[in-house]
Amino acid sequence: MLSIKNLRASVEGKEILKGINLEVKAGEVHAIMGPNGSGKSTLANILAGKAEYEILEGEVTFLGQDLLELSPEVRSRSGIFLSFQYPVEIPGVPMVNFLKASVNEHRKFKGLAPLTAGEFLKLLRAKKEMLHLDTELTNRSVNEGFSGGEKKKNEIFQMAMLEPKLAILDETDSGLDIDALRIVAEGVNALKTPENATILVTHYQRLLDYIVPDFVHVLYKGKIVLSGGKELALELEEKGYDWIKNGNE
Amino acid sequence: MSIISEKITPADQLVSLFKQSIETLNQGSSPILNRMREVSIKRFAQTGIPDFRSEDYKYTNLKPAFEKNYRHELVRETGLINLNEVFKSNIPQLDSTLVFLVNGWFYSGNNPGAELPKGVVLGGLEQIANDRPELLENYMNRQAGLSNDPFVALNTAFAKDGFFLFVPKGVLIEKPVQVINLLSSDENLMATQRNLIIAEAGSQVKIVVCDVTLSASSILYNTVSEIFAGEDALVDVYTIQNLNNLSTSINSAFCRQQRNSNLVTGIVSLHGGLIRNNLKVTFNGEHAEANVNGISFTDKKQHVDNNTLIEHSSPNCLSNQIYKNILDDESTGAFAGRIHVARDAQQTNAFQRNNNVLLSDKARMQTKPQLIIDADDVKCSHGATVGQINEEALFFLRARGIGEKDARMMLMNAFAHEVILKINLEPLRDRIDELIEKRLNGEISRFHEQLSE
Ligand SMILES: Nc1ncnc2c1ncn2[C@@H]1O[C@H](COP(=O)(O)OP(=O)(O)OP(=O)(O)O)[C@@H](O)[C@H]1O
Ligand SMILES: [Mg+2]
Repeated sequence: MLSIKNLRASVEGKEILKGINLEVKAGEVHAIMGPNGSGKSTLANILAGKAEYEILEGEVTFLGQDLLELSPEVRSRSGIFLSFQYPVEIPGVPMVNFLKASVNEHRKFKGLAPLTAGEFLKLLRAKKEMLHLDTELTNRSVNEGFSGGEKKKNEIFQMAMLEPKLAILDETDSGLDIDALRIVAEGVNALKTPENATILVTHYQRLLDYIVPDFVHVLYKGKIVLSGGKELALELEEKGYDWIKNGNE
Repeated sequence: MSIISEKITPADQLVSLFKQSIETLNQGSSPILNRMREVSIKRFAQTGIPDFRSEDYKYTNLKPAFEKNYRHELVRETGLINLNEVFKSNIPQLDSTLVFLVNGWFYSGNNPGAELPKGVVLGGLEQIANDRPELLENYMNRQAGLSNDPFVALNTAFAKDGFFLFVPKGVLIEKPVQVINLLSSDENLMATQRNLIIAEAGSQVKIVVCDVTLSASSILYNTVSEIFAGEDALVDVYTIQNLNNLSTSINSAFCRQQRNSNLVTGIVSLHGGLIRNNLKVTFNGEHAEANVNGISFTDKKQHVDNNTLIEHSSPNCLSNQIYKNILDDESTGAFAGRIHVARDAQQTNAFQRNNNVLLSDKARMQTKPQLIIDADDVKCSHGATVGQINEEALFFLRARGIGEKDARMMLMNAFAHEVILKINLEPLRDRIDELIEKRLNGEISRFHEQLSE
């Protein structure tokens, strides 16, 4: 589904990603771990199409298409979803208007008619229930005044509305209390099918107890320095990143 | 009768036009208006058309606008307007009392105001000043006459007609009054309009004003309004400006508020070559509140300048201002907001904010807040920002599948939204949202362009 080959990227002249290779197949869950500043969000943002990064080398294909050529909106409509590490507040854009526009753009891309007001509300209600989302939140502006945890839940809610093929969750677990974490994880698991895939960026083993990864990768200084099965996460939790750092030098 | 002016210096030319036509100006017009003319033209002659050396007109150059040749309608002209066309300009979803003025002249053909509560007087200034001079006596030019602004003086010298509304004590006008100012002329036209709104103690009224050009010619529209809010009165005045790119609007409003009164104004500058809005609010009693807001959209070479002055002359009053501008292409904008808190005006709350978004590298915004505080126990704040569209929010929306153009539109609407929310009339809010959409997708510009084909 997703194939990243020797991806090198820089921001403001500083090289952040120094040759990433990653293959993600349908049905798989990949976890990416790594110390602060190692480039995890950079990778996630580049996949979603954020413009401020310069691609120095490498290629990314998604479902056979050259991903790097597509605009962020076309990537989204083609099935890529990024749950932001720091979701932005957009005062004055009502959640409902935003979601409706988003869902209908995805439908248009698939050649489907836009949802009627009734159909949309039905979908909204169903997904809100699935994620135990406070009804009041969808009456507000996008993320405006949401707590950290509410913002993260809101991201997963959007994911549930859009049902992406590849979900990239950038530290969606940070800032969630235990109940919220479980709800989010249940949501992600419920949306899982053999046709879609998930990349989890996380610092904590805790999330991986709920969403069991098929692969764990360690990103360090812009490179994947270690890959393994789910046990790797446990090992990391035990030994800390010093283990990688020392082993690497 | 039309007088085509010749080219001398624009101010001299206007003064000599005044001298030539003083009889025409006075003819059919009440002494209440006529007695102000001579002194006002003198005042205008002293100042002339200000340029950048004038502190008040530093950012707005009106000289080029005054250098054009204009026709003047010194007497009422009829048969200019096709009313079927004209009714389209009204705000369809708004159940309102519709009032039309054409080039500054009140139109009585649709008998506006017939269904208003007893005692309410709505009509043309010319006629009411003749028929009911006692209503105007304590108000006419009482505020505008204190101004040093040359365009206000020019207006007072030439004004013959405009919109008049008197709401007697305790009377509540439920339906908003919608005043549609139509501007239309085959040749360039200088239009002068004078409005007077008196809301007596305990009365309530909401007024929606739409200025719209219906021709491609260049119109210089000089309009002055005086608004009096009596004790406990609630007065809302919302204005939508929609003029072609060749036109200039100089719009001055003077509001005086008695004790406990509440004023809300909102000015939406949708389109126009050059727009200068002056707003002065004077608190003439304690516990009065004024919420004055504005939003403008400019592109190409358009210019919008909002100038406000809040005179906190009485203690315990509250003023709130939010002005926003969205500027594209080479357009320019200015905001100068002055708050003056007098020595005795303790416990004043005065807040002001000016936020601007530049959509292009060439757009420019000048913002100048000015607080003059002579009292010690006050809460005042002001802030101004000039920025670009929030790139992070734009990326977020696009990353959810919303196309760049639509995402930008959403963000601009969101930026404007705070000002629109201040409008206490839901159908008007909805309509303005629609108009903003049409403004941003180019429909309004096309409307004006079509008239010039
Ligand atoms: N827009 C930017 N401008 C300058 N530097 C940037 C920018 N974006 C990222 N960086 C830098 O790139 C490096 C990698 O950042 P990134 O956000 O990808 O790290 P991360 O692995 O997600 O870290 P964390 O675990 O703290 O979220 C950091 O040193 C960061 O400061
Ligand atoms: Mg990160």
